Amino acid sequence: MHEKKCLVRSPRVLDMTNRNGHLCGRILADLGADVVKVERPGGDPDRRIGPFYRQTFDRERSLLWFAYNANKRGITLNLDTGDGRQILKTLADKADFLIESFPPGTMDELGLGYAALAEINPRMIYTSITPFGQTGPYKNFKASDLVVMAMSGLLYMTGRPGEAPLRISFPQSFLLAAAHAAAASMIAYFHRETTGRGQHVDVSARECVLWEISNAIPSWKLNRKILKRAGSYMSGRWANIKQKLLWKCKDGYVVFYILSGGFGVKTNRGIVAWLQEEGLDSELLTNVDWNDFDMSEQTQETQNQMEAPIAELFSRHTKAELYNEALKRKIMLSPVSTARDICENTQLHARNFWVEVDHPEIPAGIPYPGPFARLSETPLASARRAPLPGEHNLEIYEKELAFSKRDLRLLHQSGII
Amino acid sequence: MDLERKVFDGIHIVDFGWALAGPLSVKYLADYGATVVCIESQQRPDLLRVSAPFKDEIPNVNRAGFFSYFAANKYSISLDLNNTAAKEIAKNLVAWADIAADSHRPGVLEKWSLDYDALIKIKPDIIMIRSSNQGLTGPAALQPGLGNHINGLGGIVHLVGLPDEEPVSPMVAYTDYCVPPLAASALIGALDYRRKTGRGQLIDLSQFEAGLHLIAPLLLDYSTSGMEAKANGNACEYAVPHGVFRCKGEDRWCAITVFTEEEWQAMGKAMGNPGWTKDEEFSTFLGRKKNEARLNLLVEQWTSQHEPEHVMMLMQKEGVAAGVVQNAEDICSDAQLEERGFFWEGDHEEMGTFSYLGQPSRLSETPANLYRNAPSLGEHNKYICLEILGMSEDEYDRHLEAGVFGP
Repeated sequence: MHEKKCLVRSPRVLDMTNRNGHLCGRILADLGADVVKVERPGGDPDRRIGPFYRQTFDRERSLLWFAYNANKRGITLNLDTGDGRQILKTLADKADFLIESFPPGTMDELGLGYAALAEINPRMIYTSITPFGQTGPYKNFKASDLVVMAMSGLLYMTGRPGEAPLRISFPQSFLLAAAHAAAASMIAYFHRETTGRGQHVDVSARECVLWEISNAIPSWKLNRKILKRAGSYMSGRWANIKQKLLWKCKDGYVVFYILSGGFGVKTNRGIVAWLQEEGLDSELLTNVDWNDFDMSEQTQETQNQMEAPIAELFSRHTKAELYNEALKRKIMLSPVSTARDICENTQLHARNFWVEVDHPEIPAGIPYPGPFARLSETPLASARRAPLPGEHNLEIYEKELAFSKRDLRLLHQSGII
Repeated sequence: MDLERKVFDGIHIVDFGWALAGPLSVKYLADYGATVVCIESQQRPDLLRVSAPFKDEIPNVNRAGFFSYFAANKYSISLDLNNTAAKEIAKNLVAWADIAADSHRPGVLEKWSLDYDALIKIKPDIIMIRSSNQGLTGPAALQPGLGNHINGLGGIVHLVGLPDEEPVSPMVAYTDYCVPPLAASALIGALDYRRKTGRGQLIDLSQFEAGLHLIAPLLLDYSTSGMEAKANGNACEYAVPHGVFRCKGEDRWCAITVFTEEEWQAMGKAMGNPGWTKDEEFSTFLGRKKNEARLNLLVEQWTSQHEPEHVMMLMQKEGVAAGVVQNAEDICSDAQLEERGFFWEGDHEEMGTFSYLGQPSRLSETPANLYRNAPSLGEHNKYICLEILGMSEDEYDRHLEAGVFGP
């Protein structure tokens, strides 16, 4: 067991988020915070979202829930009751963070908004994650992952030209938002530890995804150029021509592209040598002086001619063969990995990335992705399985808040906890 | 007079970072008041300084929009790290710094003797973050690559596309943008730990590993049931319709997503209750799921007669989650972003007025700010040597002549 953790005082986090923010609390928990998930009695509705353990619907076996609520404790509390709200205020009095992802105004209506809780506990960091933020004309717009992706420009840049833009099939925008919320909460915490003062952190998921669209904004602002989606090609980075990015191989696809500038030299020379070994010599490629090669001067015709023998080379091999060869030759190429490829990846195994997490309710443990970063002095907490609904009610309500057994029985029966 | 205290006042960062993930992680601290010195090179400028777009399409390291967009609030010094005196300056900056950040391929800092073991000899309590493609150890540690390669390796590319068709790559280096908030969280945690215990540390961040947290449930799914998730266009198992629909205009689209019975009724109302919405086959969720393709066509017949902004407003008015598929032009004239001041309007030494990327969170007491425009390459050589390192003007001039800052 590692005793040392980044957050040496194990600050208390009240995690009231739904699927729009689970990961935020998970990150804080990994850093050493004492995160308590607050669910409604019976469990959070997100527990019914899959994928599920062994493909079978079970509210207590959602893998989405497992992944993003590990390392937390869990209590149940009904905020629609006066008792529930009173209990939350008591918890807030001692909490260091509260994170929530209700629509703007929801917590205010419950009397649990930032202003109300800051009066009880001015040291608290209160983080709100919403699609568009707490202010502005769109603040009450309804949103989903696809809508946030649409309104942040990432969707427009992904997909085939002329066809409908595409999202990443596993919803990403609120995971990004939750990660940014964790960083912003940590900034507020650092400030709190300096000054003793808490504050409100207002996170807009859409603005988080706006970080993702690389050079699209400066391309428009500087040159009135709109970067468009280019399917399996890249365009608008080093050249305005299309550079092939995804290539078909025997059993799938690989990522590769011809790069100009100093960082491309080794890869480009490597690929030329490899072509020669396979009898796919191309005079055009062999004669390029890669030190002088400038993609911005490249024509589409020459680009296509350069790419043709490379496509032939890749089509002869599997993605594993190509990647192994690329590793040997230090060529920038990667497989288009499936979940299986990732789970079997040798680099991850060599680094002992997978962490077996014990689930007493399930026959065997489950390998989870390991720490998102390796900290030499204060390693991130290794995962402890996510809480069952109300699993820690006794720990919190009886031991910490000193409710009597009788009161707890009453609170349970009346649906308050 | 500025009496406002910034969160990271007095925190010093020397940033050896390169390209995206590293510098973007440091942006979090720079925007909240840390003093950040980027160590750059004239001979080998940052990847983004030689990437499009360039102001007026004139390629130049100081006209690079992509680099500058992320580089506000930082100082730049150019050093030829193969030069002994330059290395000495870098080491003096390490002695000055609380954090050293790096995002080169493992091996590069070792070559310059600026790896963690070397740095702790100069500054025993330094925090060093090394953000790399695949981490500092393991057989693939030294493998070169850019974000687009990690998109593939890390499973993102496989998840974009229509079912059973060739995948599509996000045109952006996706994981490069997933990593910074995680890296910043760890860095700030390490900084707080250091302030409470006096101890620094090394953070080894593999962008490949960190990115896997954004698809973690799919990896649990594979390891527990052997299921390999596939791309499924824009569909969602528990919502219908759930897609992107063509609208009036060239390449104009609107996303519409309906999760509940109530929203289905609301969507019909927003469209003016066309007759087909009452069709028997669409009367239940399972019916709509079964006939999703036909339903999508009917919705698109309606959306294609309207501009996407109009579709969005009609849907939102009735409480349906819908949003315009915005391009850069739309984003730059978006009322919500303008109201919230998302982009930071500033200047740039060579490009004139310039819009910088802002922070996606608003801290009520200590907001982030544009304190300093993005630097030209080596813009602060003299300032850093004289004001931060206390060098004499004579010494600086000698270094300048000797090519310490580049040719």
